[in-house]
Parts: sequence; C-alpha cells; structure tokens
Amino acid sequence: MPKRTDIKSVLVIGSGPIVIGQACEFDYSGTQACRVLRAEGIRVILVNSNPATIMTDPDFADATYIEPITPEVIEAIIIKEKPDAILPTLGGQTALNAAMSLHELGILDKYNVELIGAKVDAIKKGEDRQIFKQLVLDAGADVARSYIAHTMDEVLAGAGQLGYPVVVRPSFTMGGLGSGFAYNEDDLRRIAGAGLQASPTSEVLLEESILGWKEYELELMRDTKDNCVVVCSIENVDPVGVHTGDSITVAPALTLTDREYQNLRDIGIQIIRDVGVDTGGCNIQFAVDPSNGRVIVIEMNPRVSRSSALASKATGFPIAKIAAKLAIGYTLDEIPNDITKVTPASFEPTLDYIVVKVPRFAFEKFPAADATLTTTMKSVGEAMAIGRNYSQALQKALRSLERRGSSFHWDELKLDKNELLEISKVPTDGRIVTLQQALRAGASIEEAFEATKIDPWFIDQIILINEVAEGIRAATKLTVDVLQEAKEHGFSDAQIAALRGMTEKQVRDVRYAANLRPVYKTVDTCAGEFPAETPYYYSTYEQESEVSPSNRKKIVILEVVQTVLAKVLSLTTLACMHRSRSQMRATKRL
Amino acid sequence: MTSAVLVLEDGTVFKGKSFGKTGSTTGEIVFATGMTGYQETLTDPSYAGQIVVQTAPHIGNTGVNSRDEESSKIWVDGYVVRDVSRVVSNFRAEDTLGNELTKYDVVGISNIDTRALTRHLRSVGVMRAGIFSGIEAERSVEELVKVVSSTDQMAGRNLSNTVSTATVVEYPATGERIGSVAILDLGCKTSTIENMTHRGLDVTMYPATASAEDLLSKSPDAVFYSNGPGDPSTASGQVEALQKILKSGTPFFGICFGNQLLGRALGFETYKLAFGHRGINHPVLDRTTGKVEVTAHNHGFAVKVDGGPEVDSPAGFGRVLVSHVSLNDDVVEGLQCLDIPAFSVQYHPEAAAGPHDSNYLFDRLVSVIKSNRGIN
Repeated sequence: MPKRTDIKSVLVIGSGPIVIGQACEFDYSGTQACRVLRAEGIRVILVNSNPATIMTDPDFADATYIEPITPEVIEAIIIKEKPDAILPTLGGQTALNAAMSLHELGILDKYNVELIGAKVDAIKKGEDRQIFKQLVLDAGADVARSYIAHTMDEVLAGAGQLGYPVVVRPSFTMGGLGSGFAYNEDDLRRIAGAGLQASPTSEVLLEESILGWKEYELELMRDTKDNCVVVCSIENVDPVGVHTGDSITVAPALTLTDREYQNLRDIGIQIIRDVGVDTGGCNIQFAVDPSNGRVIVIEMNPRVSRSSALASKATGFPIAKIAAKLAIGYTLDEIPNDITKVTPASFEPTLDYIVVKVPRFAFEKFPAADATLTTTMKSVGEAMAIGRNYSQALQKALRSLERRGSSFHWDELKLDKNELLEISKVPTDGRIVTLQQALRAGASIEEAFEATKIDPWFIDQIILINEVAEGIRAATKLTVDVLQEAKEHGFSDAQIAALRGMTEKQVRDVRYAANLRPVYKTVDTCAGEFPAETPYYYSTYEQESEVSPSNRKKIVILEVVQTVLAKVLSLTTLACMHRSRSQMRATKRL
Repeated sequence: MTSAVLVLEDGTVFKGKSFGKTGSTTGEIVFATGMTGYQETLTDPSYAGQIVVQTAPHIGNTGVNSRDEESSKIWVDGYVVRDVSRVVSNFRAEDTLGNELTKYDVVGISNIDTRALTRHLRSVGVMRAGIFSGIEAERSVEELVKVVSSTDQMAGRNLSNTVSTATVVEYPATGERIGSVAILDLGCKTSTIENMTHRGLDVTMYPATASAEDLLSKSPDAVFYSNGPGDPSTASGQVEALQKILKSGTPFFGICFGNQLLGRALGFETYKLAFGHRGINHPVLDRTTGKVEVTAHNHGFAVKVDGGPEVDSPAGFGRVLVSHVSLNDDVVEGLQCLDIPAFSVQYHPEAAAGPHDSNYLFDRLVSVIKSNRGIN
C-alpha cells in the first residue's frame, strides 16, 4: 500500500527529559521521524519538554512546542494545530503513556485525531500481564511458572513444584514489601512466613526464578500487509537479573543454533501479529534456560526502544525512519534499503562483524546508591563498538567508556582467584574486569560460569584475550605478527605498551614502521553481498580496506562520547554539523 | 597452528590457518551469509563440489549435534571461516565443529579476511579455488593455481549420483495419513522429508537414476524433485522423466534443483548466476498473495523466463505463472503451472537453516494432493 493521502499533519510526541533509564535514544528516533514525515510533505508538529535535543532544533518540525508532555498541554496543541494523527511510538514510554492518557480522557475521539504507529488495543495487549501471558502461551512459548499459596504447607508444596531458588511475592503489600529470593527451605520459611503475615489477604505468590538464564532481544518490524522482519538479534552477556540497559550486550546473538534462533524468531513474529503492531516496530525480550533451551518471554514493547537505536546503528537498518514510513502507510517492500539503495527494506540484515555495547555508570556521583546491578536500570549512558570479532569489539567498547579501570589490564594481581571469583558473583559496574582478573588468576571456565552465569563462550573469549596478552608480554621482540594478533583482538597501543614496559609512542612507532595501520570496513546490512552506497565504516586490522583516501577538503567533527551525567547531547556539535554542511555547499558552489 | 593457503583460479591468495583436516581440496568457491546454521549448511548436499565461505565471523560456537544434520555427512568440499570457536557452548552439543570436519575429511581454513574474499567473489563472480594446508601449503602459488585450474567447472557438472540415495528408502507418515509422495533424491535434506511426513505424507525416496515409471510405480499422490548440487542442464534424463510425470497428471512439487528441472521440463532455459544466492535473509515476493517472505537460499543456477508474470510453457504444458520472484535482483524464485497440478520454488521452504516464512508451501502441496484427488 502506498502512502496514505488522508494524513496531512502529524503531531510527534518526544520523550521529555533525559533520566536514568532513558537517554538520548528517543531524540535520535524522533528526529528521524520528523525528517521522514517532512520529506513526505507532511506538516510536522512536535512537542517535547527537553530543549537539549536535535529534534527541537527549529529545522526539524514545522511547529515546535517546548512544553510539558501532559494530556492538558497536548490537548491545547491539538486544538490549535488540528493534526490529523499523533505518532507516539518514537518517544519512548513517555510518549506512549501520554498517548494512552489522551485516549482514556477521550481527547483523541473528541478532536478526531488518529493514533498511528501503534493502536490503543495493541498498546494495551502488550501491557496487560494477563492478556500478554495468554498471547505468549498461544505463540508456543512460556512465561515464568507461578503458584499462589495461603498457608505454609501450600508454600512448601509450591516450592516443591517450582524448585529453588524461588521468588516470593506477598500479595497487596506496598512497594514489594516482604518479597525476596528463597534459596532453600529455611529461607522460604522465613521470607514466606513474614510474607503471609504482611499480606492483608494472607497470600503469597511463588514464582519460578529465571536468574542466571541467558537473555536475548529481537527487534521486529511489521507492516499492514503482515510482512514481518527481524532487524536484529541482541544477546546479553550478563544473564537475567541484570537489566538489559545495564548489561554488556552483543549483536548478533552468538550462542544460539539456528534451530533455537528460528524458534525465537517464530515466537517473536507470532507475538507481534497477535498484539497487533502493524505499522511499526517492537522489541521482545526472551530468557533461555542454558541447561535445556526452555524459552520464556519476559516482555514486549510496541514501540521504538533503547535497543532499537542500538540495533539501527549495529545493522545499518534505520528502524525509526522505517517505523515512521510504515506509520503513514508504506509497506516494507515499498521502502528501499538506505544502504544498498537497490534492495528493499523487506529483508533481514546480516552482519559480518560484531557489535558490543557496554553501559556507563556514574555511581561515584551517588555515594549512597547501591552499586549492585539489578532488574532496575542504573546506568546513565552507553558506548558501542564494532569489530570484526567479539574480542576486538569488546575491547574497543570498554576503551570507549574513557574511564580509568574500565579496560582489561595485566598489572600485578592484587587478589587471589577465589577472592576475585567471590567478587564476580555480584554484578556491578566493572565486573567484567574483575572476571578477567579472576581468569588470569587461574579460574576455569566452569568456575567463572558458576560465579557469574555468563555463557562459557564469552568467558573463553576473555581467556583468549588474556592468552594474547601473555603472548605479547613473552615475545622476545615486538614483531609485526605479534602486533597483528594483538590488534585483531582489540589491544590498544597503550595496553601493548604496558605489557612490554614501553611507552605508547614507542609502540606506535614500531607499529608504523611495520606499516600496520587500521583498515576500514563498511556496515552494509548484507555481509558484502551487494555494493553499499552509504559511507558507514568501522576500523579493524585485516587485509583489505574499503575506504580510498581522497584529496577533497574535509572536516572532522569530534563528538562528545557517551551520555553521562552533566554531559548530554552537545548542541555545539549540532551547530558544527549545520555550519560544516552549509560551508560544504558554499565550497561546492565555488 | 598449521598454516594454510586459499588459492583462487584468478591467482588471488589468502593466507590463514589450517582448520579441520590438514591436506588439500578444490571446488567452486561460494559465500554464504547466514549468521546461524553452519551445521545445516555443511550437511546440505546442495553444497557438494563447493568450498563454502562463511561471512559470519564466529563459527563453531554451538558445536555440532546429531539432530541438526540435514543429511548423513558433511558435503562441502572445503570450508573458509574467520574465527573458529575454541569452546563449544550449547546444551545439545555433542562435539566440536573442528572434530566433525576432521571426521569427514573436510579441509578448512580459518583466520581469513572473509569479507575481502566475499567482496572479490561478488564483483568478479564465483570461481574454482583450492585450500592447501600442511606440506601442501609449501608448494609455489603458480603450482597451486595450476592445480585449481585443472579441476572441473561447476557449469556442466553433474553431481546427482554422488549425493543421491543408492536404494529406495521409505519414510512413513507421522500422525493422520493424508497420502503419499515419491521423492526423486537429487540431494534431499532431512527437513524436507520431515515437513512431508509430519503432514501425514508417506514418503518413498528414489535414487537420482529412477525413471518416470519407477517414480509412478506405487501410484503416489504426488512426485517431488528435491534440491541438489550441479548444473541443471546436465540432468536431461530427470527432465525427460519429469515431462512424462507431468503428462500423467500426477501432482508435482519441486524445490531448488527441482525448480530448475521443472523449468527445463516446461521448456525454459536455466543459466548460471554470477555469484548466486546463499543466505537466509532473502526477500521473495509471492505474486499469488502479494506477501513478502524472508527465505533461505542456496542456488548458483536459475530458470530464465522472458516476459511474464504469466507465459506459455514452450514445451506445451499450458500457462505458467512466475509465482515467486526475488526482490533483491528479480531472479525467478518460483513457478506455478496454471493448467496442470505442478509448482516449484527455487528457495528453501524447509529452511534449516533459515526462517520458516515459506513453510506454507508444504501445506500447498497437501491441498494440491487433496484437490487433485477430488477431481479424480
């Protein structure tokens, strides 16, 4: 179906202020949406209370309202601007919640404004636990098993069915009072006993624990013709128990067979269909039991999410942009792939590189905060890196955090293996480095897995990095072969220098003398099958570079790194980009 | 680790490390872009005679297991990867990929810039190549290029007898029995058989040399030509047999090589693609529904149909619809006869590896069988 002709103006809802749990990813998606809609000749009205965003730059919308994102304010804007539709799926949960309030207050009906991107019904189905549970079961997947108990005998019987550890949640208590993990019968008697007392209905819910399971996400898109594609699979290196936003994540998923991956894909597609997202994207989170492959669906978001921004940059498939096009009526096969230009968007990107995202924390700014990572997001930003393999991408990503101690090191061990393993048991900022030290101290894959439940494949990759480090240290000479191997696994000149007792400059001089420099490869969505028209590159150390130097005048813009507290999106950068583009145009005219 | 070298017939050389068996091998070098499913790829008989380059950088992470095999052995003639997994991480894993390659005498090479290699093949087309490891790798490049250049080209090559079953094999239907299918085994995958037996079809699998009479001897409800390796223009015996089957009015379904042979039986030509389609992310349009399927592909040849979508069969089998087409490059991906009960697809509805979007085609086979029975 081509573009709808009945939509002439669209109100885009932004995501408001940056808070922990929601950084500038929705500015990215909202900006994309504004661009797409305007390019389609649609009048764009924007509301966002956050002025430090690209989308609120006057160039991006026809009318911009820097106002609180509340139903009252939006109603006033609707009265004034009379939009034909509201697009709430690109402004995070804030925008989605605002849209639901507008619906519940009857404002949408009153002014005859259509919700596009996701229908009210679909949003409800994703959020109602009971309806969603049934959808998941119908799709052939599972949800965490649970058991309601009113007496200690029932509690013990329930735990007998579910097995330990078991989650205990007393019913109708404030703020989760009295809930906790029971690892054995003593724990259970204590926690559930207090819970039965605390609950006004003397009722506790026992729930199967999925702590330590493998966690995956799929980013899906669907159009009005029921064409579905999975844009990207993401695997969490930290297992269930650590919020996805606080976990180290990798794309694509690396520890699934095709049979297991296709099962997740089938479930995902069935869910997006049943929920009824038919003009946009959604994100689905899965937990997989590593011992038997059992799949539990944790949740789904019928909107562009934090992971969508990562998936877009990881694959070259612009989810927000495509979602905006789907919202105004296009189907996936009518939209060209941005990168190849000749193939359609109704395909699934395939990667010939690895993307790693690492979270950035700022616990030093909150000395009283508990630094243990849990299911509540605590990171304030993230860094992403692309490499030709996992070790390279991981080391680049850790380095991108630009924090002392965030990268792997091979200094003198300060603690012994058991002490390091003990510390690794608790997920915290920097656990990956503690784990690396534990492995240096001689911990086996099994011991490291036991302590962290991180998949053995990822643990072995750290062992591999440690082995390469020891190779660098032990080499009689810093030969080109030694340097090449170091670079293939993501070692910086500084890390090599520390291992060799040299300065960073000395290492670089040796490297340049050996003519060992990075090559640049293209993110092309298709693993090299088709030529790429869009210049989007990453560095690596390999045989062929895909960038040929030109003699044209160039400008380099250095952007701030990740969003951290007191360092959000740089408006200076935005100004730079505007200026440099107009300058380039001017130069061209000359 | 033992060093190894990959030599292309145009003289391009990649140095790497030995993986699997140490020794030498030659074949047509092709690239496959799936991010999952290396085990299914390796055991797919359609890859016989080929050296497969995997574009996904990490291979072997989940090891190998007996359930995911698509046939009884590894068929590729060589394997090219970037990073081989050092450990196996999957609850179903039974062995490492390296051990499996060694067990089936497959020579592999790792630590190759597989992207540079893929880009090369994409721009100049697939060609012959060889992997040489251990003492074989010490020979001069000139010598190795000569070895590679003296091997068979894929165009004109017949591999059906190499991969086919030697005897007739029966696979009984599971669940409620619907009917029976005679499969001509040109390199059939396990998943194809399972998709039929699970739908209540008794399957009898015949060797590639079976005649039309053999295939029709048990009065099957349908005849099926499987996927398989080689050049479809060399399969004149099977094409003649297919023409007899079509004339008999028995419903026909074909996949991949089977699609090319239906094309030839209907009087169309087949041709070799520059670098083929090998991956599990290919968008195909089903013209009968207007829907797009994300599909698994593995083909170096294709059917040539001028005009369309609806054309007359040059061999006199009535009207033919080009029912499926690749949205990437417009290659014919499916044929549907409008006057006789025959249809086929160039890609893989049985998936394994790959998405299950086109699994409905096996349901279509069942309904063709049912409606044909209704008419008779």
